[in-house]
Amino acid sequence: MQRMYSKKIYILLFLLPALILFCGVLIAPIGASVYFSLFDWNGLGAKTFVGLNNYKELFTSGAIGFWKALLNSLLLAALSVFLQLPLALALALVLGKKIKGERVFLSVYFMPVLISTVVIGQLWLKIYNPDYGILNIFLRAVGLESMAKIWLGTKETALGSVFVPVLWQYVGYHMLLLYAGVKSVPTELREAAMLDGASDAQVNRYIVLPYIKPIIRISVIFAVTGSLKSFDLIYVLTNGGPMHATEVPSTLMINMLFLRNRYGMGSTIAVMLIVLCFGFALLISAIFREEK
Amino acid sequence: MKNNSKIVRVIIYIGLVFWMLVNLFPVYWMFTFSLKSNPEIFGENVIGLPQEWRWSNYESALKTGNMARYFLNSAIVAVATIVITLAVALMATFALTRLIWKRRKTLNKFFMLGLTIPIHASIVPVYVTLSRLHLLNTYWALIIPYSAFSLSMAILVCTGFMNEIPRELDESACIDGCSVWGIFFRIIVPLMKPAVATVGIYTFLQCWNELMFANIFISKSTLRTLPVGVQALSGQYTTEWGPIGAALVLATFPTLFIYIFLSKKIQESFIAGAVKG
Repeated sequence: MQRMYSKKIYILLFLLPALILFCGVLIAPIGASVYFSLFDWNGLGAKTFVGLNNYKELFTSGAIGFWKALLNSLLLAALSVFLQLPLALALALVLGKKIKGERVFLSVYFMPVLISTVVIGQLWLKIYNPDYGILNIFLRAVGLESMAKIWLGTKETALGSVFVPVLWQYVGYHMLLLYAGVKSVPTELREAAMLDGASDAQVNRYIVLPYIKPIIRISVIFAVTGSLKSFDLIYVLTNGGPMHATEVPSTLMINMLFLRNRYGMGSTIAVMLIVLCFGFALLISAIFREEK
Repeated sequence: MKNNSKIVRVIIYIGLVFWMLVNLFPVYWMFTFSLKSNPEIFGENVIGLPQEWRWSNYESALKTGNMARYFLNSAIVAVATIVITLAVALMATFALTRLIWKRRKTLNKFFMLGLTIPIHASIVPVYVTLSRLHLLNTYWALIIPYSAFSLSMAILVCTGFMNEIPRELDESACIDGCSVWGIFFRIIVPLMKPAVATVGIYTFLQCWNELMFANIFISKSTLRTLPVGVQALSGQYTTEWGPIGAALVLATFPTLFIYIFLSKKIQESFIAGAVKG
């Protein structure tokens, strides 16, 4: 069998489809994106080599507003790390303690992750609808008429209104990961601490949290890179409007590509996104290692 | 002390139930308004059960709104993606775990890179390539990229399961005169059913809900998948909410249905994908 399993022809045949698919769609395009980002190109005609000018324009042009978009996504990342994750962690800690109805709570909290973001976006569009949305109907019903707003259409409220569903949808995702971590804490460890007279809070602080630190790290990385990449819900709710108030790098990229046919600039934004995602992932890993 | 902990427990339960309602309410609201008429949705009966169950909303979503067509498109794309992902991933995993060669650990790591590469990276090059190959506005424009992006996760899950199949099985099959293909198809693949289920469900969820590729690679209205179709429909029925609600329910129903029966399996697949990535 050793000899049969070492034959090069089989190794090649079994790997070939995966390699073609993987390299063709995931690996080669990274190189191609970097290459396209050096050109001025409308997707059809000839490409003009412009060197790093696209990057220069991206960082300096106020008309494109990349900094504003980046800032918005970083704000979302911050909210995600400091609001969404603590909530998810709290839920995970409570559910990890063999509480009654654990499975039901867990399954319901995770449900929004599985629903299509377009459906969630459409639902929240209806919730925010200025005339008939339940948010304004509710505010009017309880006598807070003055609080009723055109939530997604006003510059001041749009960003916050878009962030609420984005954060809401993925609480369950982080909770599930952290819950799996909490469940993996050996019971002996917990019981030993309890025997020594540790309270619930102390067990969580000194036993559970250090134990699940690697998973917290993963959650933080997902929260930050996910925020940088966020697209679906924002596209459905506002598509970056009004007046670019809710623009994020992904909506900017799509508009650059398919509204303005600037393939070079679109690729530049794509490259920046890849760099930022990997950069932040490494940075967060480094911070967690430092703390050890 | 005992009284105190009881109060804490009650507060915890109130919090848990509150958060459960926050998660369930939008879905409940979607189901109810999909069966209501405009006057009911807009004021007469905002959050109650429908007074008159208007199934005609579903009829208009399916027929006039073309939801039936979008549903079929999504199903075709999802099934084809699952089949291709599984076939390619099982073969690659066989080479990565069973066949004997030097660099297989390195190659496995290389495939795991796919868990972190954002789809943004490939959007322009893949769009350009698809358009050169005249594959835009075909099912392939979605099936190929979806399969590629599901591959890393599929290989990850399959590797775990395939490593647990004892190698003695391969040996005895070999002694019985089985070829490599024979071992793969008759011994390994039939034993991979749990992995096939996990990968199948995960892949299904990914491509059923995907918006960015579907929006860009398909512009022909008859080939739209559900997410894009729902978007189009809501633009079409701006004043009538019932049919939109019906469309939303139709797009969500299969996912929730699977989730009700396989919640544990689905949750496990999400954990597996994250923790190794």
